[in-house]
Amino acid sequence: MNKFKLSVACYALAFAAAAFAYAGTALSADSETASTPDKVARGKYLVTIAGCNDCHTPLKMGENGPEPDWSRMLSGHPESIPVKSAARVPDEPWLVTTTATTTAWSGPWGVSFTANLTPDAETGLGRWTFRNFKDTIRTGRHMGRGRAILPPMPIPMYKHMTDEDLEAVFSYLRTIPAIKNRVPEPLPPQVASNP
Amino acid sequence: MTSKASVIAAIVFCLSAPSGAPGKTVPRPAPLPQRLSDTGLYFKGSTTAVRPELIAFSPQYPLWSDGATKRRWIELPPGTFIDASNPDAWEFPAGTRLWKEFSVGRPVETRFIERLADGSWTFAAYVWNEDGTDAILAPAETGVRLAPTETRATRYTVPSESDCRACHEGAAVPVLGFSALQLSPERDPLAPHAEPAKPGAADLRTLVARGVLRNLPKTLIDTPPRIASTSPIERAALGYMQGNCAHCHNESSEGAGVPVVAKLEQKVSDPKSTSLVLGSLIGSTSRFRGAGSNAPTQLIVPGQSHTSVLPQRMRSRDPRVQMPPLGTSVPDTEALALIERWINQEPKKEATDE
Repeated sequence: MNKFKLSVACYALAFAAAAFAYAGTALSADSETASTPDKVARGKYLVTIAGCNDCHTPLKMGENGPEPDWSRMLSGHPESIPVKSAARVPDEPWLVTTTATTTAWSGPWGVSFTANLTPDAETGLGRWTFRNFKDTIRTGRHMGRGRAILPPMPIPMYKHMTDEDLEAVFSYLRTIPAIKNRVPEPLPPQVASNP
Repeated sequence: MTSKASVIAAIVFCLSAPSGAPGKTVPRPAPLPQRLSDTGLYFKGSTTAVRPELIAFSPQYPLWSDGATKRRWIELPPGTFIDASNPDAWEFPAGTRLWKEFSVGRPVETRFIERLADGSWTFAAYVWNEDGTDAILAPAETGVRLAPTETRATRYTVPSESDCRACHEGAAVPVLGFSALQLSPERDPLAPHAEPAKPGAADLRTLVARGVLRNLPKTLIDTPPRIASTSPIERAALGYMQGNCAHCHNESSEGAGVPVVAKLEQKVSDPKSTSLVLGSLIGSTSRFRGAGSNAPTQLIVPGQSHTSVLPQRMRSRDPRVQMPPLGTSVPDTEALALIERWINQEPKKEATDE
């Protein structure tokens, strides 16, 4: 089964956002001057509890059911899993469909693929500056200046992160293993196939 | 709209609309007047008579705005001047204000930028009423989406503050159309949509003569800046990209430019600008992929405009694909013809002046 109830999806997003909001309040006032190891540790903590892995680390099937594939940690939708078109829009009250990896999401906006957040220069965030990262989260625009970032990325919540939190998250993302994985471009809705 | 469609539309808008002024890093703007007539553009009590203290100007490589005609003005506080010591990043004094009026048959909106006392910039848009008697401040969070009318065939989007910053804050200086290259007295005759220079119009020489532009390197007065190129077509193509793309596709010192291969900025202080631009474009692999395809693409394939990514994205108005990503919903056919003609002339990486 690869269909999620919208309510479940929204609950998950709300939970992630709430967790992030709480994390923000716990930030110490002097974090901006904290040592790099502290900042990286803080970033790892934020990435973990904010649910970034839920969508950016592909799930694989384990002995006890779906589990994160840590060999592909935060590398986004695997290019080895092609997606040719949007899923058929289900009948009400269903709305959103995701792949078994939870890295590709099909909905009224089309198909969105979670991004490669690893430091790979060609396919990840390797060439990004902190300013690029901050502007992306703040504005909800790809690379901070381009197209709109698509659902289910919870930009409306994450854009309220403090600069210190964003610095910590970005610092941590620079330290994780670089994984070469070219995430596909988003796909348009398949209106014609869903009369 | 069906109930299902309404729900879908609402969800998509809520989840994907890039809006909302981020709090901490964006300076709190000073209270803005609710009416354009109170911003200082016109004589008091008028919405047509522009104050003579303002300087009208027209960049040689204008931004494409779906065919809207535009008028632009700048005003500096009395006794102040623009410091052009860095000819590619002019320093504007606090209190600098700029207006840009967009018309489609009649004025639709007027955008406003002001540099505040703390050095930050504020951005706003004013939407003209149907009678043309005044323009009202647009909501900063959302902007305004205007439906087509009898005199305007396409929808019109008035930008949110976040939209304004997306383009203006990607460059070294948020003032995009008032720069050494844009105001060079040696204007490009092939620049798409450019207005012919009028006698006495603001350019580098007249601005220096008026004392509002100082410390500009003398070489740029003696030899006005122009884009190095191997042909007039190339010059215009590179200029178009400077005016329409380079505010994001650059290597700004603050790291605000987008982290992609294409670097399109022309610096009047760097004679290698054209080489750098061409080197980033020609034969470079693009991160862009066609929908449903994982086949590698190139930004520019010399002689093959139909397989080059650059014109494909300029032509598209699919919001996932189009370039520029905002500010336009109609492709610029004149510029597309120019760019395709240039690509089909098989541009080379190393440029020499024509």
